[in-house]
Amino acid sequence: MLQGQRCGSRTGPDEVRKTVSDASATSAGQVDTGNSGEQITGAQSLIRSLEYAKADVVFGIPGGAILPAYDPLMDSTSVRHILVRHEQAAGHAAEGYAAATGRVGVCMATSGPGATNLVTPIADAHMDSVPLVAITGQVTSSAIGTDAFQEADIRGITMPITKHNFLVTDPAEIPRAIAEAFHLASTGRPGPVLVDISKDALQASTTFAWPERIELPGYHPVTRPHSKQVREAARLIADAKRPVLYVGGGVIRAQASPQLLRLAELAGLPVVTTLMARGAFPDAHPQQLGMPGMHGTVAAVGALQKSDLIIALGARFDDRVTGKLDTFAPDASIIHVDIDPAEISKNRYADVPIVGDVGEFITELVAVLGEEQAAGHQGDYEAWWSTLNHWRETYPLGYDLPSDGSLSPQLVIQRLGAIAGPEAVYAAGVGQHQMWAAQFIGYQNPRTWLNSGGLGTMGYAVPAAMGAKVGLPDTTVWAVDGDGCFQMTNQELATCAINDIPIKVALINNSSLGMVRQWQTLFYNERYSQTDLHSHRFPDFVKLAEAYGCYGLQCDSPDQVDLTIEKAMSINDAPVVIDFVVHKDAMVWPMVAAGTSNDDIMVAREMAPSWDRED
Amino acid sequence: MSRHTLSVLVEDKPGVLARVASLFSRRGFNIESLAVGPTEMPEVSRMTIEVSVESLPLEQVTKQLNKLVNVLKIVELEPDSSVQREIMLVKVRADSATRSSILETVQLFRAKVVDVALDAVTIEATGDHDKLMALLRVLEPYGIKELVKSGMVALSRGGRAMTDRTLRPVDRTG
Repeated sequence: MLQGQRCGSRTGPDEVRKTVSDASATSAGQVDTGNSGEQITGAQSLIRSLEYAKADVVFGIPGGAILPAYDPLMDSTSVRHILVRHEQAAGHAAEGYAAATGRVGVCMATSGPGATNLVTPIADAHMDSVPLVAITGQVTSSAIGTDAFQEADIRGITMPITKHNFLVTDPAEIPRAIAEAFHLASTGRPGPVLVDISKDALQASTTFAWPERIELPGYHPVTRPHSKQVREAARLIADAKRPVLYVGGGVIRAQASPQLLRLAELAGLPVVTTLMARGAFPDAHPQQLGMPGMHGTVAAVGALQKSDLIIALGARFDDRVTGKLDTFAPDASIIHVDIDPAEISKNRYADVPIVGDVGEFITELVAVLGEEQAAGHQGDYEAWWSTLNHWRETYPLGYDLPSDGSLSPQLVIQRLGAIAGPEAVYAAGVGQHQMWAAQFIGYQNPRTWLNSGGLGTMGYAVPAAMGAKVGLPDTTVWAVDGDGCFQMTNQELATCAINDIPIKVALINNSSLGMVRQWQTLFYNERYSQTDLHSHRFPDFVKLAEAYGCYGLQCDSPDQVDLTIEKAMSINDAPVVIDFVVHKDAMVWPMVAAGTSNDDIMVAREMAPSWDRED
Repeated sequence: MSRHTLSVLVEDKPGVLARVASLFSRRGFNIESLAVGPTEMPEVSRMTIEVSVESLPLEQVTKQLNKLVNVLKIVELEPDSSVQREIMLVKVRADSATRSSILETVQLFRAKVVDVALDAVTIEATGDHDKLMALLRVLEPYGIKELVKSGMVALSRGGRAMTDRTLRPVDRTG
């Protein structure tokens, strides 16, 4: 890991981490439990636990119940705390940090409203399998259940939206709870874990002992795929006529992109990458068909829909991908690989179910396919590729430029991708700009595209970009945000400006809740109920950016787009916000309307593709 | 819809009942009965859950249950290969005219009278779902004042125990 390098601007953490890891490596593999018998407070034990868990950043806000923890936190040389302006942003920042670095993100809040403000990012992390540890203060244990000041049953509230959660009232249990939380969050199918600690447990005296091993008798994620099933998958792939790799976010979480590339090239398989998997497979690769789903490419949607074999890798047959489920890919057999057994056959029956780590699966499959190929058994997909290429050439992604010379949002996003390039990280909000960012920025690398896919949380972009920039300080991080989303969490520009986190924000300002407006255009007779935000008038985003200590730029004409982006790219001493004033009538195409079949995809308004070749 | 009996071994940790019960409700399943209590192993409790679902959604709920960190093991107990019992206490209206025929019914069903009052008797009966329903049908005409059931508890037939392999790694691929 590169924490040391990445946190190079600060002194201290590297040495401390080294001490910790050196200590754990000493005396013939014995784990350093750090147990010196020294009397410390529960709060000190918590901070020491975070150090042992190798957390280097915590995003949070103090308050009454968590206050004891903030005192020893001040002395920690390896855990940096970033004081955000709203707990929701602490959660999204931890998510962005986790999604960009692959490490566990950590956020901290006090009891009651502090904790409930974390509910949205926790739910978001649960839907998108983000490794997140949330630490909350709780009222003193004797007051639990009495409706005490700032009391909320956050463990009860977050039960359905966490992978697991803890309520700790005994200070001796703090190290184990933190160790288990990090283990649960980062292994198997990653997800959020909440640790709620009562104030008296933080204040009480205890001794520190880091657990020698994790004992969770009910938790054994299966990572090794069943080899018989792998051979069966290889057989189906060789026999298929119209196979497709349906790649989901699990491939990114499993860091299996190199293996995926080998598999696709070895077998000559077409690839579709879902919204959560953009970047898992290079967009520039000739076997990449783009994104499937509601706003996917015709080629990607068609590849799934007309397939005879779908190889689902870390994907979950979400309704936004399948469209109307009972008409989805009617001729396809399904090989479904997932680390979570509950995803398999949940929405679509799996003919070959495979539970395991997707990277391990692909490695084994590549080996088996290699043997089969050596024995002369190889799939012939030439006719299929000819069909796919026809779709790809006939229905490329595109957009119309407005005739009045106003700025097109798609053009802005496309130019941003071209100028900032595939090494930058892009975090989007939710809505039209998110779909365009998924479509028109070319992704070549995993973990460069961060967004709220499952929950669809508006306001994700700015705090997630902040978290990503903290995790990858040497990488350019862009938030691609809408004017609706931006106004939900832009207070974090202050956090960025004050803590030297120079993110860049491309604000796609169409003055409205664009995606909702698009649906009103298409399905509600152009009755625009409550979607006009008037954000071409208020607020003045340039002034707002400047008020927060950021650079504010504005661009409203196509010939200024490149210059403005380049100017923003040249600024690195503070965050930059570009207010791109775009026209409001642009729509996201193609589109599979909600509840309809993928067969009924529209490439533009009232324009359906023809699936069969007429030549 | 068909009735299924799940036996679920769980760690005896605070909140585990809430985790299991809320999982059923948020995934849209109705629990017919739920009984929970200690087992031969300290720190392990056993829940017996009766649920009415089709077999495919049952597989889904079982997998979701398996994801709960405090859940150790789940088996479905088939009626043919398991012993399933429920205890019922029922307070039946009884006077001098009806008491003797009620007592006769109690004997026929190998139930017990556990309390007698001037105007009622309280009967304790143990059995599977069908037997208790049959008893209730016979008692109904006398007037049932109050009744309570424990919820089903069940064990598989034969010598093997569900807990045999629990503390070793459990294959949870389901």
